[in-house]
Amino acid sequence: MTGAERDERERARRLMMASLDGELEEADRPQLERLLAADAELRAEWDRLRKVKEVTSSMALRKPPEEVWSHYWVSVYNRIERGLGWVLASVAAIVLLSYGIWQAAGEIVSDPSLPRFVKLAILALVVGAVTLLVSVFREKLFTRRHDPYKEIER
Amino acid sequence: MGIALAEERDESDSSLVRRVRAGDARAFGVLVERYMKRAYCAALGLVGSHEDALDLSQDAFVRAYRARRSLDPDRPFYPWLYQVLRRLCFNFLRDRATRRSRLEGEAPWLVEDAAARAAERDPERLAELAQLRERLARAIEALPDREREMLVLKEFEGLRYREIAELLGIPIGTVMSRLYAARQRLAAALEEGP
Repeated sequence: MTGAERDERERARRLMMASLDGELEEADRPQLERLLAADAELRAEWDRLRKVKEVTSSMALRKPPEEVWSHYWVSVYNRIERGLGWVLASVAAIVLLSYGIWQAAGEIVSDPSLPRFVKLAILALVVGAVTLLVSVFREKLFTRRHDPYKEIER
Repeated sequence: MGIALAEERDESDSSLVRRVRAGDARAFGVLVERYMKRAYCAALGLVGSHEDALDLSQDAFVRAYRARRSLDPDRPFYPWLYQVLRRLCFNFLRDRATRRSRLEGEAPWLVEDAAARAAERDPERLAELAQLRERLARAIEALPDREREMLVLKEFEGLRYREIAELLGIPIGTVMSRLYAARQRLAAALEEGP
C-alpha cells in the first residue's frame, strides 16, 4: 500500500467513525460515499462497524439504586473527616510513644540495680530501631523525589 | 456538612471552587452532588462493578478535596476530577489483574437500553439483539483499558469527540483512532461467534 493509499484509508476510517457517531459534516458525506463506492473492502468494514454501533446503541450502563445518591455526599464527607482523624491520631501516637520510650530509657539507664550489659543492649535496641526508621523514611523520600516514572500513569 | 441551598445549586463551578479552596466543605458538597452520577458512571464503565465504582468515585472526591489548593477556579472542575478518577481506576484494574481474573464475566454493569427496546417491535430481532449484546458485553470487558474508556465515554456517556478530547487532554484524532481500534476488536468478536 502506498503512502497516498494509506492516507486515504485513514481518512475513510475517520469519516466512517464520524458518520457512525453523528458527527460527520454534511460537506464530507459525498466523500465518504465516494470512498465506500470505490472500495469493496472498505464497504465490508463499514457494515461490520455499523453492526457494532447498532448493538452498542441498544446497551446502557446499569443504574444503581436511587438511595445510593442520597448517602453519597455523607459517605464522601465521612471519609474526609476520618482521614483527618487518622492523621491526628497517628501523629499523637508517634509523639506519645516516643516520649514513653525516652522516659523508660532514662529510668533504665539511671537504675543502679540493672547490670551494665542490659543497659547497653537496651540502648542498642533503641538506637537500632531509630536508625531503621530514619533509613526507611529517607529511602521512601528519596525514591519519591527521584522516581523517573512518577509522572507516568501506571 | 449541610444541605445545599437552592442558590448554591445554581452557583457556578468556578465560584464553588473558590469557596472550596478556602476550606468550605459545604461548597464541596454542592460540587459532589453535581458530579457524583457522572463520576460513578465513568468509574463503572472502567471497573465494571457497582461496589468498586462507588468506592473509587468517592475516593476521587476525597482526594480532590485534599488537593483543593491545587484547584484552578478558572478551569472546569470535572475534567480535573476525571483525571484523578481514571488514575485511581487504572491503578485499581492493574492491582486487580494481579490478584484475580478481570471483570465478572457476564457484564452485569451493562444492560439493555430501555429506549432501544421500546423502539424495536420485532420479537425475533429483539432476541437476536439480546444474543449479540451478550457477546458484545464480553468483548467490551476484554478491551484494553484505554479503548474501553473511549467506548464508554462515547457510547454510554454520549460525549462528543471534542468533549472527550478535552476531558482526556488528547487530540481528537487520537480519540477517533482509539474508538476505531475498539470497534474493530468488537466487530471481530461479533464475527467469531459465541
